[in-house]
Parts: sequence; structure tokens; C-alpha cells
Amino acid sequence: MHSDPRAPWWLRLMAWGGLAFLHFPLLVVLAYAFNTEESAFSFPLQGFTLRWFAEAFGRDDVLAAIWLSVKVAGAATLLALLLGSMAAAALYRRNFLGKDAITLMLVLPIALPGIVTGIALLSTFRLAEVEPSFWTIVIGHATFCMVVVYNNVVARFRRTAYNLVEASMDLGADAFQTFRHVVLPQIATALLAGGILAFALSFDEIIVTTFTAGHERTLPIWLLNQLGRPRDVPVTNVVAMVVMLMTMLPIVLAWKLTQGTETVAGSGK
Amino acid sequence: MSAASSLPAQGAAMAAASGWRRRLADLLYRRSTLALLLLLVPPLLWFGVVYLGSLLALLLQSGYTFDDFTMAVTPDWTLDNFRALLDPRHPLFDANIDIVLRTLAMACAVTVAGAVIAFPIAYYMARYARGAWKGFFYVAVMLPMWASYIVKAYAWTVILARGGIVYWCVDTLGLDGVLEAVLALPLVGGTSLSTSHLGRFLVFTYIWLPFMILPIQAALERVPASLLQASADLGATPAQTFRTVILPLAFPGVVAGSIFTFSLTLGDYIIPSLVGPSGYFIGNMVYTMQGSIGNIPMAAAFTVVPIVIIGLYLTAARKLGAFDAL
Repeated sequence: MHSDPRAPWWLRLMAWGGLAFLHFPLLVVLAYAFNTEESAFSFPLQGFTLRWFAEAFGRDDVLAAIWLSVKVAGAATLLALLLGSMAAAALYRRNFLGKDAITLMLVLPIALPGIVTGIALLSTFRLAEVEPSFWTIVIGHATFCMVVVYNNVVARFRRTAYNLVEASMDLGADAFQTFRHVVLPQIATALLAGGILAFALSFDEIIVTTFTAGHERTLPIWLLNQLGRPRDVPVTNVVAMVVMLMTMLPIVLAWKLTQGTETVAGSGK
Repeated sequence: MSAASSLPAQGAAMAAASGWRRRLADLLYRRSTLALLLLLVPPLLWFGVVYLGSLLALLLQSGYTFDDFTMAVTPDWTLDNFRALLDPRHPLFDANIDIVLRTLAMACAVTVAGAVIAFPIAYYMARYARGAWKGFFYVAVMLPMWASYIVKAYAWTVILARGGIVYWCVDTLGLDGVLEAVLALPLVGGTSLSTSHLGRFLVFTYIWLPFMILPIQAALERVPASLLQASADLGATPAQTFRTVILPLAFPGVVAGSIFTFSLTLGDYIIPSLVGPSGYFIGNMVYTMQGSIGNIPMAAAFTVVPIVIIGLYLTAARKLGAFDAL
């Protein structure tokens, strides 16, 4: 708004109006979590209370869902970090036959709709007679989390100078020392950012999860079940707010981590 | 370290260990193809076995037979599942094509609306927001994108419900008649906002909007200011510059954004089951077929529809240069 006086008023209005539209439902979720009304939704709000927070965090099903989601997201993130950064390290510098196909394959799980991944995994688990469990959810999540790690790490690799690696080798460091003292510090924040994004993606995922979860209930599945029956409205509101903040706040951190990394230390020409 | 290496036995052990590591490191450095393979094999195995394997298994099962009476799937090859989608003489064709067309129409409408709403925001971000405001706008668009999908869908069911915020506003402004008239329209309406096509369209557009804003913004950022000056110097009005310089250069960004809005709408089944009138989307059909009916072959055949449509879409998008704007 104060940034440039040349923007015509209608463009400013549309831009700020768009932002307001994007944030309005988030504010609604925040507001209703503190609403005193018990049974339904009405507007204006009835009053302000913190009661539902105590109630929500006293419920075993809520805590179990949160804990399951954290475990799934943690396991999927670790797998994605390992495999995603390996793929990035292999693909960033060299050109070889089939490289484009591999890149496309990595992107495929997020380019195709979630139901395709979900039903493909489910039908395969059934064919292989694997019971849906914690690990089937993790397998599904790791598959689409890998690409965010890959994207972050490959972008950082491309900006780091390979001559630093060569210099390290010339000075007598072996590949492992070079990796630990030269490569890792340069890609560390990209790994962290990719890991945070993967965690948030997994924590929030619902479509693939509905197919691979069996009877397990992650937090998004708990919320979805809640929407089918309008009991427990206040608890649902509180959980919705918590889930929203759990995925939003780390994203700001991930953004901060990748800020100003256009020039990685030592890569100046 | 110095204390350790002063002990001869340990020093020798370390030398042996580093000699071993050294040789391996040298080997990997000289045979870089070997190093490449070692790095690539685990992710490739994962994707080849888990993901592509599953996709192939899915395609395979789309040709299996489902017995309506015993509710059992047998590996007898048939084209019946695909005939139910493609052959107008098949008894289920009309119902199935309705589902496909309903989903496609929504995906197109959401994509167009998303582009129209996103463009001014992206344009303002790229051309006018400076310094800290630029960062502010970026985070302000990114945060709603990453805020939980199911929570956003939930928020809209609350907003659109009878007695909720929208109804309260409409009531306060005395616009009940207008809302009733809009909801009475064919193709748009429904019995209430939260059970109308309009409501569903609104929620879809909202949820995918950031996926459209960011690629357009990225494309606009890359338009060099010198081109705009040149255009102005050559006598073009701002409107002409916009139409002949900015829009064509930003278009790949629009196409890139549309890949997300289109593909995500095509596969979604949560929003159609929460908001809007009855009548399935492709996703709901897939979910019901595999879940309550157990007809995985038909569910698999249905998933081929979005795969084919998105495949065609991606091919077209690639021709339009959208992949460079991703």
C-alpha cells in the first residue's frame, strides 16, 4: 500500500481484497474456537471462553489422533529427507539418458490427483495382502513428500559451486569428510526447510490417507469424521484451530530458512 | 585427538580405517557413474516398486471382473469397466458420463475463476509491492495455502451454513430475495448456499487460489522492466503494453497455475461430499466404488479418466511453456 504510489486504486483494492478473502476463513476458525456456544454455529458469536481448550486436550481420541499424525509425519519426513536428497544429489549436475523421466516420476505423485495415488496404493496393498497400518500411511506420505525435499535440495545444489567440493578433495579430504564439512553445511538449511514442508504436507494430508489408513485415525481423518456428525462442535473448533497453526507456523520458519540463499557462502565467482 | 593418535595401536587402527574410507572415496570419485548409481538406486527402487508398481497394478485391475451378486473381484479380463465409461450403449454410461462432465465442468470453472481472481493479486505483488511489503504479500499468500486443507473446508461449511456468517450478512443487508433468486438458478443454485453448486464452486476456488497466484507472480517477476520501458517508448498505452507484452509473457504462469487448480479439482472428493448438492464427482465415485461396494476394478477404471485428462492437459501445458514457469 505504501510501497508504490503508482498502483491504481482498483488494483490495490483487488490485491488487498484478495488477501482478505484468503484470510477470512482462517480468522473464522480462530474466532469460533473461543466461542461459548455449544451446539451449533450462529453468527454473531455468543461470547468468549477458553473452556473448550481444556476439554479438547482432555479427550483421548484427540490426543491419540495428534500423536499418530506426529509419528506418521515424522517417519514420512525422515524417509523423504533421505531419499529426496539422494535423488537431488544424483540429478543436479549430470545429464544422462532417462534423467527427464526420473524427474517427471518424482513430480508425478503431486501432479496426479491424490485419489490416484491413494487407490493405487490401496489396491496394491490388497493384492499383496498387506493390512493397512501405521506403515502403509507412512509409505503413502513419504512418496509425495519426497518431491518437496527434492525440490528444495536440488535448488540449493544448483546454487552451490562444485569447485568447493573439488578444492576440498584436492586438499586431501575424502568424500565423507567433504560431505560433512563442505556439502552438508551448504545444504543444511535447504534440508531443514524441505523437512518442514514435508512434515506439514504429511501432517495435513487427507485424501491419500483415507485410502491407506484402514482403522487408524490421523488428525485430518478425525476432523473429517467430526464433520459428518455435528456433535462436539466446540472441541472440533479447537482442534481445527490447533491443526491450522501446527501447519502454518513451521511454514514461516521454512520460508525464513530459504530466504537470502541465492548466494551460498563461498560460491561467489 | 592428539592424545588418541599418540597411542600407536589406535593410530594404526585409524589409519587402517581411513585407508579403507580413502580407497572407497577415491573409487567413488573416479567412477562417478558408480556414485551416481548408488545415489539413485534407493529413490528409484522406492518409486519404481512402490509408486509405479502400484499404478501398474491399478491399471491391471481396471480390467478385472467384478461380480455384482457375490461382490467378488476375479482376475478375468474384461473391457466392461471401460465400456461403462465410453460406450453409450452400456446401461451405466449415462450415469457415469454425468459424473465425468460434472467434475470437468467444475474443474474448468474453478480454473478460470482462479486465474481471474489471482491475476490482479499476482500483478500487484510482482509490479508494485516493494521491499518488506513484497515479503509480506508472499507470506500472506503462502500461509493460507499451507493452512490445513480440511480445516479450510471446515471453515467454509461454518461460513456458508444457515444461520452462519454469510446468511447473517445477507439478512442484515436485506438481500434475502437476491440470494433466493441466485439459488433458484439452474446449474448454479441449490436449496441453500452450503448445498448449492455456487457454494461448492466458491470453496474450490478459495482453496486452490494460492496455487494460481504464486506461479503467475513468478512469471510476472521475470518480465524485464526494460521491455515495458521499450513498449512505452515506442508509444504503447499502458493497456496496449499489458495486452501485447505482459499478458503473453505471464501466460505460461497462468497455465502452470491452472495445472494445480485443474488437477486438484478433478481428483478431490472431500469438498464435493461436504459442500454442494448430491451428485457424485469422479473422486466420490472412486471412493464409493472401492469402499462401500468393493468394486476396485470399476474404481480403477474411473481413475484412468483423470489420469488421461491430466496427461493431455500436461502435454498441452508443456507446449505452452508452462513447465518453465513452474
